[in-house]
Amino acid sequence: MAKGYSVFSILKHALWPETVWPEAWRKAEPKPNYDIIIIGGGGHGLATAYYLAKNHGVKNIAVLEKSYIGSGNVGRNTTIIRSNYMLGANTAFFEKSMQMWEGLSQELGFNLMVSHRGQMVIGVSPGQMDGLARRGNTMRLNGIDAELFDRKEVEKELPYLDFSKEARFPIWGGLLQPRAGTVRHDAVAWGYARAASALGVDIIENCEVTGILKSGNRVTGVQTSRGKILSDKIGIAVAGHSSHVARMAGLKLPVESHLLQAFVTEPVKPMVHHVVSWGAELFYLSQSDKGGMVFGGHIDGFNNYTQRGQFTKVKEIMECAVTLIPFMARLRLLRHWAGIQDMTPDGSPFICTTPVDGLYLNGGWCYQGFKATPASGLTFAHTIAMNEAHELNKGYELDRLMNGAALDEHGTGLRDYRQ
Amino acid sequence: MRIPCPYCGERDLGEFTYGGDASKARPAHGSKGAKTWGDYVFVFENPKGPHVEYWQHTLGCRQWFKLKRDTSTNEILGMEQ
Ligand SMILES: Cc1cc2nc3c(=O)[nH]c(=O)nc-3n(C[C@H](O)[C@H](O)[C@H](O)COP(=O)(O)OP(=O)(O)OC[C@H]3O[C@@H](n4cnc5c(N)ncnc54)[C@H](O)[C@@H]3O)c2cc1C
Ligand SMILES: [Zn+2]
Repeated sequence: MAKGYSVFSILKHALWPETVWPEAWRKAEPKPNYDIIIIGGGGHGLATAYYLAKNHGVKNIAVLEKSYIGSGNVGRNTTIIRSNYMLGANTAFFEKSMQMWEGLSQELGFNLMVSHRGQMVIGVSPGQMDGLARRGNTMRLNGIDAELFDRKEVEKELPYLDFSKEARFPIWGGLLQPRAGTVRHDAVAWGYARAASALGVDIIENCEVTGILKSGNRVTGVQTSRGKILSDKIGIAVAGHSSHVARMAGLKLPVESHLLQAFVTEPVKPMVHHVVSWGAELFYLSQSDKGGMVFGGHIDGFNNYTQRGQFTKVKEIMECAVTLIPFMARLRLLRHWAGIQDMTPDGSPFICTTPVDGLYLNGGWCYQGFKATPASGLTFAHTIAMNEAHELNKGYELDRLMNGAALDEHGTGLRDYRQ
Repeated sequence: MRIPCPYCGERDLGEFTYGGDASKARPAHGSKGAKTWGDYVFVFENPKGPHVEYWQHTLGCRQWFKLKRDTSTNEILGMEQ
């Protein structure tokens, strides 16, 4: 197994390419039983296993992944991180995640290419500017960085936006979070996988969970495509498949599975220096280090598990791109793809115990699970190890909607596409 | 995806508005219990497989109708009454 990466190891492999890079994590075979099983080897499942081993000293953990590591949304997202939240549990939770990103490359010994390039949310009406000012004030009261920009100031920083008289949605200003930015998403999967494996976690790929075994109201293990594996603590972290897997234990969730698409253009010279988000429609864009414009918008809008986006939405998102940033009309689209997202009614996640003993849920991430990965792993590990919520995920209980404690932060819950 | 409107025939997805799960039954008027109503409003069947659902042909005849679709393939399995 790889010990650590360094300038010397890179030089060595560059000079002697025939020396094979050691594998980053052990290819583990399933054992008959584990202290804790995590279903789903995405960012959240791997981070959870890592913090269970590191913070709670659990030795015997398996992460069961039906496909390969990085095949899910952790490798499909538009890589945006930010902590510009203002409701209840969200503010502290997402800020904790932001702070964790800041030292994570060093901790994992893996370059996550965390880039604090800043995120500018563009306001297109006086009402929106009031909303942005309020959000910014809430953030600053919580010690989070935020700066309000007027139209002139935005034009200075982002001159390529449509500032013409004919602009369909005139730009009034923006809210910048300077520490927001992007992270190389596949490195997050690999970095956590490698670090977890080094702490003894078994990462088992091509192992699909097909059933959850129970005795009375208590879980006892899982049935998988590679046989039966026993454990009396099971954590679900399967992104868009939360409903599907929870049903195996007899649970129904406040979740619907929807597709979100992402797009990347051919590479061009550096032009867009921030993450840009738009107030007129849900639309966000950044320029990758390779030069491609990486962007996305709303979900397709009807529940499905196909992982193939619909052309109607492609057209709509291109319209957004060109309306906000006219030069986009001259770029060619290189690739686009989709991921299956678990959408909740209020747009906020669940990290919680469930009505089934020994079964824990991490899901309902909607558009925002990537930036949450470190804090999600930290708090889910705590919830599983201690059988109760961490201070930071107390607002993410399964019954919050029924109890009137919805966290409808951005109006991006699963109902909102049906205006 | 193309959606078969019972009046206009098969049309592009972009002409339609989705109305969600059509198999969900509203609890009887006057039903007691927060859970009954909470489940009705917030909890979804969300199957990976056949799903009976509402669509409206918004940019066509504007009729609402029900159809059955496989959510794992988007194959239209037929119209529902
Ligand atoms: C197109 C797109 C863009 C996005 N952009 C952003 C963004 O800019 N910023 C942001 O913060 N968030 C973004 N998100 C959301 C974010 O990517 C997700 O919320 C997050 O990655 C979900 O957690 P995960 O990494 O654990 O998921 P995944 O990587 O999907 O991991 C779940 C894993 O579970 C596995 N699995 C499923 N069922 C089973 C089973 N039965 N047995 C075993 N394994 C199973 C899957 O194969 C998968 O690998 C985006 C999502 C998409 C789709
Ligand atoms: Zn019609």
